[in-house]
Amino acid sequence: MKSQLFSVLRFTLALMVLCCGLYPALVWAVAQLAPGQGEGVQISRNGRVVGFANVGQKFDKPAYFNSRPSAADYHADASSGSNKGPSNPEYLAVVKARLDTFLLQNPGVKAADVPAELITASGSGLDPHLSPAGALVQVPRVARVRKLDAARVQALVQQQIETNLIGPDRVNVLKLNLALDALAAR
Amino acid sequence: MNKDLLGILVVFGSTMLLALPLGRYLATIYRGDKSWTDFLAPLERLLFRVGGIDANRGMAWQQHLVALLTINLAWFIWAMLVFCFQGSLPLNPDSNPSMTPDQAFNTAIAFLVNCNLQHYSGESGATYFSQLLAITFLQFVTAATGMAAAVVVFNALKEGTTEKLGNFYNYFVKSITRVLLPIATAVALVLVFQGTPMNWAGKAPIMTVQGDSVNVSRGPAAAMIAIKELGTNGGGFFGANSAHPLENPTYLTNAVENFALVLIPLAMVFAFGYYLKRPKLSYMVMGVMTVGFLMLLAPTVYYEMHGNPAIAHMGADQRLGAMEGKEVRIGAAASAYWGITNTVISCGSVNSMHDSHMPVSGMAELLGMMTNAFYGGVGVGFLNFFVFVIIAVFISGLMVGRTPELLGKKIEAREMKIAIIVALLHPLLILAGTAMSAHIYAGNPTEYAGWLANPGYHGFSEMLYEFTSSAANNGSGFEGLGDNTPWWNISTGIVMILARYLPIIGPVAIAGLLARKKFIPESAGTLRIDTATFGVMVFFVIWIIAALAFFPALALGPLAEHFTLY
Repeated sequence: MKSQLFSVLRFTLALMVLCCGLYPALVWAVAQLAPGQGEGVQISRNGRVVGFANVGQKFDKPAYFNSRPSAADYHADASSGSNKGPSNPEYLAVVKARLDTFLLQNPGVKAADVPAELITASGSGLDPHLSPAGALVQVPRVARVRKLDAARVQALVQQQIETNLIGPDRVNVLKLNLALDALAAR
Repeated sequence: MNKDLLGILVVFGSTMLLALPLGRYLATIYRGDKSWTDFLAPLERLLFRVGGIDANRGMAWQQHLVALLTINLAWFIWAMLVFCFQGSLPLNPDSNPSMTPDQAFNTAIAFLVNCNLQHYSGESGATYFSQLLAITFLQFVTAATGMAAAVVVFNALKEGTTEKLGNFYNYFVKSITRVLLPIATAVALVLVFQGTPMNWAGKAPIMTVQGDSVNVSRGPAAAMIAIKELGTNGGGFFGANSAHPLENPTYLTNAVENFALVLIPLAMVFAFGYYLKRPKLSYMVMGVMTVGFLMLLAPTVYYEMHGNPAIAHMGADQRLGAMEGKEVRIGAAASAYWGITNTVISCGSVNSMHDSHMPVSGMAELLGMMTNAFYGGVGVGFLNFFVFVIIAVFISGLMVGRTPELLGKKIEAREMKIAIIVALLHPLLILAGTAMSAHIYAGNPTEYAGWLANPGYHGFSEMLYEFTSSAANNGSGFEGLGDNTPWWNISTGIVMILARYLPIIGPVAIAGLLARKKFIPESAGTLRIDTATFGVMVFFVIWIIAALAFFPALALGPLAEHFTLY
């Protein structure tokens, strides 16, 4: 029995060297060649890091394209969804309030033009994207607040739409807002 | 065609296509035939030499179980120690604390039994040391344990009479060196090139464009995420699991992760046929599993893509589907596909929050775990299916008035008793656990108000889901449940242990008993089990035993919620 125990321990240790030593070391070494060197892909402006390309951040000011509601309030060290069930009355009241607020901030927009992701929280609380419709519906407001030509802002959103052969089309909110700032500064 | 539906079709199709050659390869390496990965043999011999293990010795079924349980006990003690002391161990740049004993107990069990129920969030509740040396380690070895146990059962169904069912360590090590490590490396590399972190530094403090201070959690994530999916473990590096944009940054990573977790369970079914040189048998099994899988997938995709009727009623656009708890880059269809694959297969990772899914989708996910045999986890899914095959053979035998036989071996009272105990254990654990929780909650709703994030029927579903997930060794959750309390940590911990080891011990014992029996050559009177008729029989046995037992509970939870919403 005792010899069997020691044999199990030595065997476990050898497996650990393989699965928790060599394997992660190999992945880490190759990651040095990847975009961001395995540190996460950062985006800088004027030499200052303003975010990670894949990690959503909070945009709630009217001059920016707003990101989705977040159960984690975009705290990137505490990802979380709301975990609210579809029939929960408290939750539905929150969604209704979000819809009303959005309509108030974006006069002229009808409820039927507000896509689902703008009034619901994402699974991670860090969703970096909007659907194209979710960005386009905000164009008149952003153009008005920024005093920009709506057609130019619309064209900017169109440029930022990412699309693939399969899967949903989307717009990265951080990249879009950086492009918007650049456009406004011009 | 809709690009989202096309996406899930591409992923499912490519998984099925690649599982076939992988199944053939698995049969080759487990049989010990020549294969192109034989260059790894010296590495395997080294592992055996260090452990002082004779990998050529044939082992009887009892010896297999002793080996399996001894090594599992050692791993449990190791993991428990790591979680209890992680705060003081190295590789903890974010200074995260150690776990409380009840939480460490739950977490150690969860990873030991391939369940990966998580009552903590990776960003704040684990360290890089525990993520790698406890969690990643267990994600490799528990997957290999399941695969090795399945091969032991394959051996019992060979022709002839024998005591010896191969060597556990041999199958176990080959599963790691020749299957899990190479494929996990490939998956991890896709992840890092798509933006998943693989670093050792702590959180990155940044100032956002709007001027908020935010800390971005990172770590050696890519290596862990690859084996989490491939080994059907499912425990996430970050709290939000594969909904997290660093854990699953793009539609491509989503497809690759989803592919990885379905691959080996499918391949094991094909391996079964090739191993016994009866490929028709594996087509029968695959057919039954796929029909069951599609029956759960179709309604889920439909309801998720059609959105929440209560929100549609407010007038908002629901064309994207039910987006609460979902990510834009993944979309409703791929979230639904992920949800069902992760529940029929005992992986239990999530890329959207199941708690916020439509009631029918939640029910389909529950049913996936309640049957637990439509594909199932690596290795163990096959073992669960095997139990249903035994029962179906017995019932068919009675129906036609012959002695029930499975591949030339008589099924008698002892085998049947074991099979029935294993099959009924699952509903017993789930329903008794849920009933006890509901009783405790109802006795003092104010004291336990923190348990449930949602009122009414949905709150009941949250408790039902937690026990179903524990008993199915799945690990996903209706995460609105406030589950880091002694009651939930300890009760689900016990359920996880019973639900992992009895469904391995039972089939391996049946296999051992069958292997010893006299082999009866096939004749005109033999019940053929590689036919569509028998497939239908198994399918109904699964539905009657596994699904109908749960109907009353489902009626109180998701069904009741569905009819209030629609």
